[in-house]
Amino acid sequence: MSYDNRPLSPHLQIYRWQLTSVLSILHRASGVALSIGAVLFVWWLVAAASGPAAYAQVQRFFGSPIGLILLFGWTVALFYHLCNGIRHLVWDTVHALDLPNTYRGGWIVLAGTVALTALAWIFGVSGWH
Amino acid sequence: MATSRIPPQLLRSPLGRAVGLGSAKEGVDHWWRLRITSIALVPLCLWFVVVVIRLAGADLDAFYGWLGHPIPAIVMMLLVLATFYHSALGLQVVIEDYVHAEPVKFGLLIFMRLACFALAVAGVFATLRIALGT
Repeated sequence: MSYDNRPLSPHLQIYRWQLTSVLSILHRASGVALSIGAVLFVWWLVAAASGPAAYAQVQRFFGSPIGLILLFGWTVALFYHLCNGIRHLVWDTVHALDLPNTYRGGWIVLAGTVALTALAWIFGVSGWH
Repeated sequence: MATSRIPPQLLRSPLGRAVGLGSAKEGVDHWWRLRITSIALVPLCLWFVVVVIRLAGADLDAFYGWLGHPIPAIVMMLLVLATFYHSALGLQVVIEDYVHAEPVKFGLLIFMRLACFALAVAGVFATLRIALGT
């Protein structure tokens, strides 16, 4: 089946973005990112089970600038997907499906993501045990 | 009257009946599994973040000591299983939505499923090995 010359929608060049659609695609994007992050999660567990040398290698990677950037991106993705996932679960109970509430929920999700990410990194960097 | 033995309330052609295509009776199954795993992952992910923060500066012995207890080990394995179950279901939808070339889609779906399964087994095995003593 040919997919050429079929009408495209939406036309991204003249498209006015809305919070709802942006959050929707971000849910997918963060889900894919978290799936890739889950590979690192297993790498961490397997390295810990393998012994000190492998574990030190993982610790070095996550302590490096690239590792820290990945870790930060991973926390943002996790908290966003978590908050927006709860928003989806609320919708599944047939609540807050009207337009004002989808926007209100969207902003709450974004605020929650920023707050939880900040909280996690403040605790993480300050060395709370 | 041998023209039609099909009851009139069954609105399917004889050919349709013979081919047998129709609802597989599992329409909401995928959706439901995605919800169940997502509900499980809410507390599991919050737990995991707290754990990672607390283990941030710890050495391997502290990690072994902590994961050597039954409850952390059990919760860690639940996290691994729920993560890759949920991942497999979510990635399946993403692949089905964006990859339209049938052979590529088919190959990707198989690879993704096998990878999720392998990673889940690796995560569970690593946890067990630490928990039960290497």
